[in-house]
Amino acid sequence: MDTDPFTLVLADEAATASLAARLAACVRPGDVIALRGDLGMGKTAFARAFVRSLAGAGEDVPSPTFTLVQVYDTEAGTIWHFDLYRLESPDDAWELDIEDAFADGISLIEWPDRLGNLLPAKRLDITLSPGDGPTVRQAELKGAADWPARLKELLGHD
Amino acid sequence: MRILGIETSCDETAAAVVDGEGKILSNVVLSQLDEHRLYGGVVPEIAARSHLDHIDRLVAEAMREAGLGFSELDAVAATGGPGLIGGVIVGVMTGKAIALVHDKPFLAVNHLEGHALTARLTHQLAFPYLLLLVSGGHCQLLLVEGVGRYRRLGATIDDAAGEAFDKVAKMLDLGYPGGPAVERAARDGRPQAFTLPRPMKGRPGCDFSFSGLKTAVRQALDGLGREATPQDKADIALAFQEAVADSIANRSRNAMRMARDLRPETCKLVVAGGVAANSFLRARLGETAAKNGFELIAPPLNLCTDNAAMIAWAGLERFRLGQRDSLDFAPRPRWPLDPEAAKLRGAGVKA
Repeated sequence: MDTDPFTLVLADEAATASLAARLAACVRPGDVIALRGDLGMGKTAFARAFVRSLAGAGEDVPSPTFTLVQVYDTEAGTIWHFDLYRLESPDDAWELDIEDAFADGISLIEWPDRLGNLLPAKRLDITLSPGDGPTVRQAELKGAADWPARLKELLGHD
Repeated sequence: MRILGIETSCDETAAAVVDGEGKILSNVVLSQLDEHRLYGGVVPEIAARSHLDHIDRLVAEAMREAGLGFSELDAVAATGGPGLIGGVIVGVMTGKAIALVHDKPFLAVNHLEGHALTARLTHQLAFPYLLLLVSGGHCQLLLVEGVGRYRRLGATIDDAAGEAFDKVAKMLDLGYPGGPAVERAARDGRPQAFTLPRPMKGRPGCDFSFSGLKTAVRQALDGLGREATPQDKADIALAFQEAVADSIANRSRNAMRMARDLRPETCKLVVAGGVAANSFLRARLGETAAKNGFELIAPPLNLCTDNAAMIAWAGLERFRLGQRDSLDFAPRPRWPLDPEAAKLRGAGVKA
C-alpha cells in the first residue's frame, strides 16, 4: 500500500522542533522513525527536540555521531537515538542492540540507509531537504503500516 | 602507588599503568591513528565485540610494559561512561574482574574527568584551572576546581567541534578523520575567498554551536553552481577552520572572564581532545589566552586524545582521596561532569 507523502514547509529550526514535539506526542513502543536528509538539514535538531519533549527539557541530548546510539528512558517508552553515519557494515548494528530497539523501543535513526536490509519496513520516513531560504526546510513524511492513518490524524489533509 | 587504567568508551581500546608520582609506566592504545599502536590497520572499533577481542591483550601488554604483576597494583580504574554503552561495559567488566580476582579496589572513572585531570599528570597543575575540551564527541568549557568538582561554564548546544570537522571533510570529500584532512586542505586555501559565519560569536556566555556552520558550508558548496575544484575545497576548508577557531577563541575568552569572576586566581587554560591537535586553533587560543592574562597548556597529543593513562591518573587522584566504587557500579552512557549545569542549561532552552 503506497500513499502520498505529507509535505510540510518548516520556516526555521523552531518549526522543525515543533513538528518533532507533535510527532513525539503520538509515538509508541515499537515505532521506527528514519530521519533522512543531507548534512546540515536539521536531523539532529529534530531528534533533540523529539527526545526533549518526552524526556524533559533538561535532558542533555548529545549528538550520537561518536557513540552511535544514545538511549533515553521516558514514560512513553525507551527512545533509541541512533546516528549510523560511522557504521561501516549493517551487521555491526547488531552490536548496538537494534533488535531490542525495534522490538519495544522508540527508534529515531539518522543515516538509516547504513542499515541496509536491517531497516524495518514498518517505519516512518522523514526527509528534510532545503527550502526557499537559508533556514527553511521541507519535510516529507511517508510511512508504512499504520503510519498513513496516524499522520492523517496528526497533520490533517489539507 | 600504581593504578591500572582501562578505556573503552568509544573508538579506542586502551590500557595504561600510572604511578603516584605521575609517571606513565605504560600506555597502549589500539587505534589506527596512534603511533603507539600494537596492531596496525583499520579496526572497526565501533563494535563492542572489537573491544572485547582486544582488551585482554592490551591489558597484558600494559602490565608487561610496566613490568608489574596484578598483585603489585594498588587499584584498578576503568572508564564507566559516558560513551558507547557496549564498549563501556567491556571495560568496566574487565576492570571489575581484575579487581575481584586480585582483591584490589575498583574505581569507575568518568571519561570526561580523565580529560579534565590530565593536565595535573602532565604539568602538575594546581586547582583551579579552565579546561576547554574539544573532541569528536565533546565540546565544553569547565572550571576544574578539584577532584570531582567541576563547573561547566558552557557546552555545545548541537554538534561537537570534531564532529563538524568530520562532516565538513565528508562534504568536501577530503577523507576521515576530518580534522587532519581539513587542516591539510586549508594550507592551500586563499584567505577571504569565502566567508562563513562565526557561530555564537558576540553572544554572552560560552556555549558553542557548530550545526549552523556545517549548514553554511553546505550552502557555500551549493552556491558554487558547479563541481567544487581542489582550490574551492582548500578555500572552504580554510574559511571553515578560521570560523571554528574564531568561535572557539571567542567562547574561551568569555569563559576566562567567567572563571576569573568565580575564582580570581585562575590563570591557566588547558586544552584537551583531538581537535586540540589543530595548529591553527592552538595558535588562536594561545593569542586569546595571552590577551586575557592566561597561559595556554596543551598536554602532548597522545594524552589529549582518548587514552587509558588519563583514566589511570583520574582513578589515582580519586583513590588518594579515599574514594572507591562498588563492584555493582552500572555503566553510564551519559554522565555529565556537572549535572547541575546540564539541568540549568536545559531549563533555559526554549521549547
